[in-house]
Amino acid sequence: MDCEKASYRMHHYLDGELTVWRRWYMRRHLNKCPPCAGGFVYEVEFRMIIAERCREQTPDDLRRRISGAIGFESGSEEGDWSP
Amino acid sequence: MPKLSEGSGTLDLVADQARFAELAMPYMDALYSAAMRMTRNPADAEDLVQETFLRAYRGFGGFKDGTNLKAWLYKILTNTFINTYRAKKRRPEETEFDDVAEYSLYGRMGGLEAANNERTPETEVLDAMPDEVVKEALESLPEQFRMAVLLADVEGFSYKEIADIMEVPIGTVMSRLHRGRKQLQRRLWEFARDRGLLPEPEPARA
Ligand SMILES: [Zn+2]
Repeated sequence: MDCEKASYRMHHYLDGELTVWRRWYMRRHLNKCPPCAGGFVYEVEFRMIIAERCREQTPDDLRRRISGAIGFESGSEEGDWSP
Repeated sequence: MPKLSEGSGTLDLVADQARFAELAMPYMDALYSAAMRMTRNPADAEDLVQETFLRAYRGFGGFKDGTNLKAWLYKILTNTFINTYRAKKRRPEETEFDDVAEYSLYGRMGGLEAANNERTPETEVLDAMPDEVVKEALESLPEQFRMAVLLADVEGFSYKEIADIMEVPIGTVMSRLHRGRKQLQRRLWEFARDRGLLPEPEPARA
């Protein structure tokens, strides 16, 4: 596997979408190619940052509204389905 | 397959309510986060999430046990967004970047030499990136790329699941992801640069 192919497949590798053989070739390449290994570490970090920094908390008001609406819609008087 | 209101007794309704609440409510924060990235403002995001939950609740009878509830909820979210909010609140057409140049932070900082260290200058910059910059960078992507990146990198859906949610072939998912991630890297780098978050560029190396 050359560097160009490795840097392209790296994404599929991290997406968990490579076959076992390609995963193995990828790991072998990363083990002997520091530039690609560096790019790999960066890519992992990048994805972690994207995933972590884009989290929001539902506003309490919205949560209450949805709970109420679902309880109300079904025709239940209490609208209280919480365990 | 569970049916809402089977037998149409009050007890069944209460049981359905409880089941829906138990299964679907834990995804509210995730759906709200996605809605924020899609609509780019809290008021629309709230409406979108509320509408999604109501539609999901009404359609809960069509949800098959053992299938992926999270993907099902995201599909409703995505459809609702496309059919209502996008049509209503269309922004001026977003320009796409040309895909010629790779503008990743990694390549820019010339840090290949530090490749064997876990901590590189590039990952330090990433770590220091404020939430708002990351959100803004993601929100600045053209919609189809933004959705693909959101579903894959924030929510962790597989290509197949994203293809189902967005109703496009897997090849399209892959190409949107590829281009979306490249653009995201570039935007993130530009936003970081504009805010003075990048260290002075090092001289180019051979
Ligand atoms: Zn390499």
